[in-house]
Amino acid sequence: MISNPLWLLPLLMALPLLAAILCGLLRSFRWLAGLSSLFALLQLAVVLMMLRAVQSLGSEGVLRYTLGGWGAPLGIDLVVDGLAVILLLITAVLVLFLSLYSSQYFSNGASAGRFWPLWWLLVAGLNAAFMAADAFNIYVALEMIGLSAAALVGLAGTRTALTAALRYALVGLLGSLCYLLGIALLYRVYGTLDLAQLAASVQINPATWASLSLVTVGLLLKTALLPLHFWLPPAHASAPAPVSAVLSALVVKASFYLLARFWLDVLSPATTEVAMNFLGVLGAVAIVWGCVKAFRTSRLKLLVAYSTVAQLGYLFLLFPLAAAYGSSSALGSSSALGSSAMIAVVFFIVAHALAKAAMFLAAGNIQNYFGHDEIDRVQGVARLQPVAVFTFAIAGVSLIGLPPSGGFIAKWLLLNTAIQSGQWWWVVIMLLGGLLAALYVGRVVAVAFSQMPSVQMNTGAARPVSRSQSWSGLVLALAAVLLGFNTDWLMGLLGPEAAVSATVAGGWQ
Amino acid sequence: MTQDLIYTLSGIVLFGIGVFGVIASVHIIRKLIATNIIGIGVFMVFLASARHGEITDPVPHAMVLTGIVVAVAGTALCLWLALKIHLSDKRGQGVSS
Repeated sequence: MISNPLWLLPLLMALPLLAAILCGLLRSFRWLAGLSSLFALLQLAVVLMMLRAVQSLGSEGVLRYTLGGWGAPLGIDLVVDGLAVILLLITAVLVLFLSLYSSQYFSNGASAGRFWPLWWLLVAGLNAAFMAADAFNIYVALEMIGLSAAALVGLAGTRTALTAALRYALVGLLGSLCYLLGIALLYRVYGTLDLAQLAASVQINPATWASLSLVTVGLLLKTALLPLHFWLPPAHASAPAPVSAVLSALVVKASFYLLARFWLDVLSPATTEVAMNFLGVLGAVAIVWGCVKAFRTSRLKLLVAYSTVAQLGYLFLLFPLAAAYGSSSALGSSSALGSSAMIAVVFFIVAHALAKAAMFLAAGNIQNYFGHDEIDRVQGVARLQPVAVFTFAIAGVSLIGLPPSGGFIAKWLLLNTAIQSGQWWWVVIMLLGGLLAALYVGRVVAVAFSQMPSVQMNTGAARPVSRSQSWSGLVLALAAVLLGFNTDWLMGLLGPEAAVSATVAGGWQ
Repeated sequence: MTQDLIYTLSGIVLFGIGVFGVIASVHIIRKLIATNIIGIGVFMVFLASARHGEITDPVPHAMVLTGIVVAVAGTALCLWLALKIHLSDKRGQGVSS
């Protein structure tokens, strides 16, 4: 049983669910924190064993577990490949650090008792989404994520947070119902919901187009691509700091990951190059618009949230770049998911997840310290909270894409792919995005280092920031930078083409 | 053939009505009811796909049951949030978003 790595897949579902149930039974916040740290460590261990198993299978390795032994058309399968294991790993790492942070953040029985069960439900939903091999199971995972995330946003308890949570919950329901209608049409036409079987039998007809559109709109609502991003800034900005971190770092990526699976793999025959370019254009507008809004906003956490809108735009450049590597019919093979555009985007996801989580934790610490997060009123915070400002700046380096950070490698790979495929206009957008990101990060750092460290510990909401709260953010920010130093292990998981890109990137360093 | 087509089309019409309701309504309870109408439309499309000639496919029913549970949970969460907002408003006026 131990020697068979397939047991790891259901275990990764069971662990967070068990943690959620146990956390619902406990009342003491110390016990809750201890239990959650234990489960976060166990989860990381499971994912690391899974990583070893996938690596030992080689570049095309796939772990497939049939739940209950029923098999694909009737039962539900769990699948982990190189791409999924990377996302599971970044999830497990972030959950560990954010759990450590949260055990200090929710330091009384009432708030901790509400937070931890929802937190673990959210983690279970994320794991389920990354391992899903069944379109309906994805719906269930999306709802687990959406409902627990909305409830977590509401935990802040202020009227702004509650309104943001309500809007988030409604948008989430709307998005997953759109997705579900698309799935219903697929089931009607093809009689299966297993992703591999769908991919094998899918044809180009109006029903497939209709379901692709519905699935896309539903997932775009949840990923917050530009015209559908309206719910993201208030929700991410008013949530408690660890919740903001997980929402920006992981939750929006889960729906993007599923969207990429549908467009480049499952329903790829029905996609067109025009549609892919359209998604790319929306992404490009999101980059510029998000950066401009981030620069102009007056609140620190809102700035970080708008930065997420911008950074999500880069992810959507995947579609035009992947489309350039062949006509849409050639994208059906698994090579599309291992193409150099995909590798760049996966790298971007990992680097952004680490940097953005660190940035939200730093912003949360500054907000805790002052009791507010108005940028103009945190002057001199660099002297009062040096670790938080340092974390913010380091994470900013990765977001801007300065060498040698992980963000730099990710952006460099994207630029490289854009130039190779002859689409220079995306290069302009990416460089502009980096410049604008430098502006909004620089604005915060400039205020933080400015003089006038006046006594501003005025509001009653201010709370002391513990040492572990400061350091967990810094570790994540440093990880985002150190990611740029060793790229080979990540690339090796994504297939042979990835190794080539890795050597190119390594040579450039 | 025609029977399940009628169900599918009415499901899609309900979906459309619901989407219109979510976008056009201002009051949050109306939005929530519209979301539930969308859900019912989707479930009808699912149920209509259960019929394959003489045999009935049980899988869509299982999926619709799951969907109903999710819809109840989502509605409950939204109502709880709406109630909290309502209570936090000192003026006690209707909740709108």
